[in-house]
Amino acid sequence: MIKRAFLASLLVVGLTVAVAGCVDSRSQAHAVYMLVDTSGTYAREAGKARLIINYLLGTLQSGDSLAVARVQNRSFSEKDIIAKAMFDARPSQANAQKRAFREKMDAFLRTVSGSAYTDITGGLIQGAEFLNETGAGKKTILIFSDMQEELDKITIRDFPISLKNIRVIAVNVTKLGTDNIDPRRYLGRLDAWQKRVEGAGASEWKVINDIERLDAIFSKS
Amino acid sequence: MTDLHSWMIWPDNTALSVLTLLLIAMIGLYAARTPMHGLIRATGHAFAGPLRLGARWLFATAAGMKERNRAVLLAQGRREVGQRIEREFERVGIQVTRDLQGYPVLQRKLLEVITRIEEDYKKCGEVPPPPPDWVEAVAAVAQIKTGGGEVVQKILDEIRESVERIHDKAIAEYRRAYEERHDILEGSQPFWRSIDKTLKQVDRKMTGLQESADTIDAQMKKYRQIAAKTDEAESILSNSAFTQFNIAVIVLTVALGGAFVNFKLIALPMSEMVGAGDYITASLRTSEVAALVIILVEASMGLFLMESLRITHLFPRIATLNERTRRRMIWISLMLLVTLAGIEAALALMRDMLIADKQALLQSLAATQHAANDGWIAGIPTAGQMILGFILPFALAFVAVPLESFLYSARTVGGSLLVDLVRALAFVLRVLANLARHLSRVLLHMYDLLIVLPLLGELMVRSLRSGESPVKVKARAVDSPGKL
Repeated sequence: MIKRAFLASLLVVGLTVAVAGCVDSRSQAHAVYMLVDTSGTYAREAGKARLIINYLLGTLQSGDSLAVARVQNRSFSEKDIIAKAMFDARPSQANAQKRAFREKMDAFLRTVSGSAYTDITGGLIQGAEFLNETGAGKKTILIFSDMQEELDKITIRDFPISLKNIRVIAVNVTKLGTDNIDPRRYLGRLDAWQKRVEGAGASEWKVINDIERLDAIFSKS
Repeated sequence: MTDLHSWMIWPDNTALSVLTLLLIAMIGLYAARTPMHGLIRATGHAFAGPLRLGARWLFATAAGMKERNRAVLLAQGRREVGQRIEREFERVGIQVTRDLQGYPVLQRKLLEVITRIEEDYKKCGEVPPPPPDWVEAVAAVAQIKTGGGEVVQKILDEIRESVERIHDKAIAEYRRAYEERHDILEGSQPFWRSIDKTLKQVDRKMTGLQESADTIDAQMKKYRQIAAKTDEAESILSNSAFTQFNIAVIVLTVALGGAFVNFKLIALPMSEMVGAGDYITASLRTSEVAALVIILVEASMGLFLMESLRITHLFPRIATLNERTRRRMIWISLMLLVTLAGIEAALALMRDMLIADKQALLQSLAATQHAANDGWIAGIPTAGQMILGFILPFALAFVAVPLESFLYSARTVGGSLLVDLVRALAFVLRVLANLARHLSRVLLHMYDLLIVLPLLGELMVRSLRSGESPVKVKARAVDSPGKL
């Protein structure tokens, strides 16, 4: 009888762990796709991008996903993803992955060169694809850019896109020279992006210009 | 405006209209008095009846529950006191077996010592040999008259010298004999002491037995009281249960604190084993549940251990196990507990390593200087965590003792509180029933107040018809409203 009780206890433990394993854990995971603008003069802001990536690496947990992609002439391509990782369930392995990620990013940011055009929309479509594939419950696209999209003549991006259930956060949206002359240009640009992103079904649109307030990335507005 | 005055009989005279309508209403109400009184009374009964019924049922239920609680309390008390008496008898049995086992040896030893003392006593009693017969001769010689003769004088001197010599020898002989007897007495001193010590031992053991017997007597007295189901026994048991409950709750709260510390210690490293990204609910990680399960398994092992050691008596099946199986169970529980404690110590170490790794990563990400290594001081928290991880499972094992007290006393305390609750509910229902009854009476009087003029008229008529004074008729009406 006592042996049975022991076996029953072990069975209960086993079942608990097994049942726990069956629960969809991805719904609690957080996936972040960061677009880094490398076009023109904005490439000089790479140092700040490093800070944001480091913040993300320090904040994201086991089971979360992170990908960093560059925005250049045409950004709707996997080739533009500089580094991506789904952090291991074991914290020690996740830490090792984060170190490797950081090294990869450091190497990229050291050699970053400016591109002629800025395809933010292509990057958004690519990001949405990546985030949907991860199956994470919380999906966020960070756009590290001045939000000035410039496309060449043959690139087509003026069509509706889908960003359903994705939070879109524009970070470090610097003011251009023309914005200083007429601030309405800057505000109009941000308004236009907000309309486009919200029109695409995004769950949230946010602008964070203060690098000291990066905790707002994960907090609801 | 027209609509507002449509109810007026005489639109130009509001007062007259109101008065006329009031009179009409009064007459109508007077006509409907009997059925209205019936309606109000029936409504009052409709509310008060079930409420009173419910209150009576609840009071009866509370009485039944109290009786059941009493029976359970007395049964529990009888079992507990019975166990204590059993334990005392067991203790006395062990004591008697242990002490009586040594009694033949003790008796033999005592007899030997007594025999030896007797022999010594006899030896001491031996009288030295009496003085020889020549003493009489000396006395006779002493009576001889010298007559001044030189020869006689010389003979007497020689006799005197001989006598003195012999006297000295006899005295020496006496002294030697007494010395020997003193030596014998001195030699028997340790035997006296031995007897004294042995008898003190016997006395001490007998006192211990006496104390145990007194304890058994006290417990038996209590047992008899419980068996006789006296109110005093019930009161004592009830107070004891409340005290036990409070103590158990305090100790369990402390144990819960320990379990929480234990949980914090192993929750993080468990994520290394079962994964940190798995969730059971939106905020509950699998690793946290696994850590909780480990703690509960430890507590269960502790429970089994305490049960096998017969410290607690939660599982009758374990209590009735044969000695061999019980011992086997003790060892199995202990081994599992030690293993779990070892695992916890390892997890505590892993926790420290994980935190250090995370800290190093964050420092590298922040691009700040690494904190200086504190050497052996930095190792103190690690060692502390490991020791805690190893000790806490054993500490948790003892939760079984307050848990048992809690479970047994909770029945009494819970039952008692439930009885009070049911009684309070019954009281509330009774109050509501009375309220409904009195409210219906108030409504009857209010109704009569509305039709006071027709009632006065009726009163007068009745008074005239019956020849009684209106006051008497009114008094009857007040006593039974509605039966004017």
